Amino acid sequence: MMTYSLRRVLIAIPTLLVVLTITFILIRVAPGDPAEVRLGDYASKEAVEALRAEMGLNRPIWVQYLDAMKGLLLGDFGRSMVNGRPIAADLVRSLPYTLELTLAGILFGALLGIPTGVYTALKRNTLSDYLGRTLSLGGLSFPTFYLGILLMLVFAIKIPVFPVVGGGPLDDLSKNLYHLFLPGLTLGLIMTAYVTRMTRSSVLNILNEDYVRTARAKGLAERKVIYKHLLRNALLPITALIGVYAIVMIGGSVMVEIVFSRPGLGRMMIGALKQRDYTTLQAVMITFTSFVVLINLLTDLMYGLIDPRVRFK
Amino acid sequence: MKPPSMRGKILRIFFKNRTSIVGACISVTILLIAILAPWISPYDPLKQNVYYRLTPPEGSHPLGTDEYGRDVLSRVFTGAQISFLISLVSVAFGMVIGTLMGVIAGYAGGKVETGLMRLLDIIMSFPDEIFGVMVMIVLGSGMGNVMVAITVLMIPRFARMAHAPTLAIKEVDYIASARAIGASHLRIVIGHILPNIFGEILVMSTLWLGTAIRLEASLSFLGVGVPPPTPTLGNMVRMGVDFLAVAPWISVFAGLAILVSIFGFNLLGDGLRDITDPKLYAR
Repeated sequence: MMTYSLRRVLIAIPTLLVVLTITFILIRVAPGDPAEVRLGDYASKEAVEALRAEMGLNRPIWVQYLDAMKGLLLGDFGRSMVNGRPIAADLVRSLPYTLELTLAGILFGALLGIPTGVYTALKRNTLSDYLGRTLSLGGLSFPTFYLGILLMLVFAIKIPVFPVVGGGPLDDLSKNLYHLFLPGLTLGLIMTAYVTRMTRSSVLNILNEDYVRTARAKGLAERKVIYKHLLRNALLPITALIGVYAIVMIGGSVMVEIVFSRPGLGRMMIGALKQRDYTTLQAVMITFTSFVVLINLLTDLMYGLIDPRVRFK
Repeated sequence: MKPPSMRGKILRIFFKNRTSIVGACISVTILLIAILAPWISPYDPLKQNVYYRLTPPEGSHPLGTDEYGRDVLSRVFTGAQISFLISLVSVAFGMVIGTLMGVIAGYAGGKVETGLMRLLDIIMSFPDEIFGVMVMIVLGSGMGNVMVAITVLMIPRFARMAHAPTLAIKEVDYIASARAIGASHLRIVIGHILPNIFGEILVMSTLWLGTAIRLEASLSFLGVGVPPPTPTLGNMVRMGVDFLAVAPWISVFAGLAILVSIFGFNLLGDGLRDITDPKLYAR
């Protein structure tokens, strides 16, 4: 199990490098650079060139590359090219918001989706099943930003229950949750749709397995059949799905952060892209990618927990 | 558990058919609207009429007007046309390029396969929206570039989808026989592999058409899609957000169009997938 996890971590490192390199190249290929952005449209050519030299953008590209890689991989994220603030500080401020949002989405999705999926699978071909399936198909047809806008419209604007925008303070838990509710609900509902569908199909597959029939034939109470046999085996593909959709939710969290004007990585990244803030973008990308790697690792670990066969391979 | 009753079985197949029928109805309706947009729009979607800005839905403007007095209904129709155009083109190109990549990777094997699939894995490990934004920043805004961005996002999906069946088909006996009588690799790919995966690819295209629509809307919503004044559904939602408290109908109806389109294609694709699922008949 240890070597298994270690191997996964080792594979992650080249992935990080490739992602960073692609980011590095892509952003520099884009028209415009931070010097132009900082000085604005009416700056003279000389002024822009001077600023470029000052920012080190004149150095040969491979020098810049090595410099960036060294900094990022050693944890020194440097300063933003557009506003000069230390990036690490901004990251530390934004990261908790994104983390809690993603976590809220995953938890909500799993807690609501798995029971619903099991229920619709057991009540197959009945009205509740059709209702559940239509709703979950509807759920995953909803563009994230649209759901966020609708929820904001109904529960924050028309019926002022929740705050319209903002992330809330980090030290005041109830206020924080108050601001987290609608954004988290947005992601959570969509996640629920995916999880319900996956759980349903996973449970249906298992219902036909022999060991379920045996358990029932033995006279085992239905409840025990569900918990002891069905769920544990169905959980494996569901865990895989949650791992995959956690990544999708990172993308979704970007949309939600924009809709609700919530601080977070997503907003930082879009801002950095639009302003050609190379250093901030690279720092955010490495954070995102590490996040993705971490999620994959956690998913694998959960596999090991649920399925003993994986552990002792 | 009770064995699946006759009633249950029939209900099920009927529902499956109903799913695809309903999905097909919705999809075809929307496609028709998109195609006929210029002829069925009551107003010119670009015509501004500032006197009537931000009017709520009523008789002459069934969906209201936006901040420039343009008719929302006409803009939704035209926006649907443009969003659909972008999505269809992107999925079509993605399908061709992606399927070819997947088949070539699966058929060739070895380093080509590993290299290609790894590259695609890395692209797919980015969340869609983030990768899309990066591509759009590099290319600049504009309809063609949006098509490129979404095509790039579609390619790995099709490639992955085509890869596995190719591996399976490659090992079948009649392929070996075909090679033995001198069939070229090209002939095998075109004559045997492609026809066998064609059905699955087509079904998934339907589902991914919905994804493409959503992607285009997301990119426009983030501000990197097709720039105004050209209406796209995502564009309209974005601009409507500024007026959400006073004129929610702009975002609500544009977004509703997106939702219905995606839902229609998902229904259709789901229904098709269930109908063509061989496991259904095994029970």
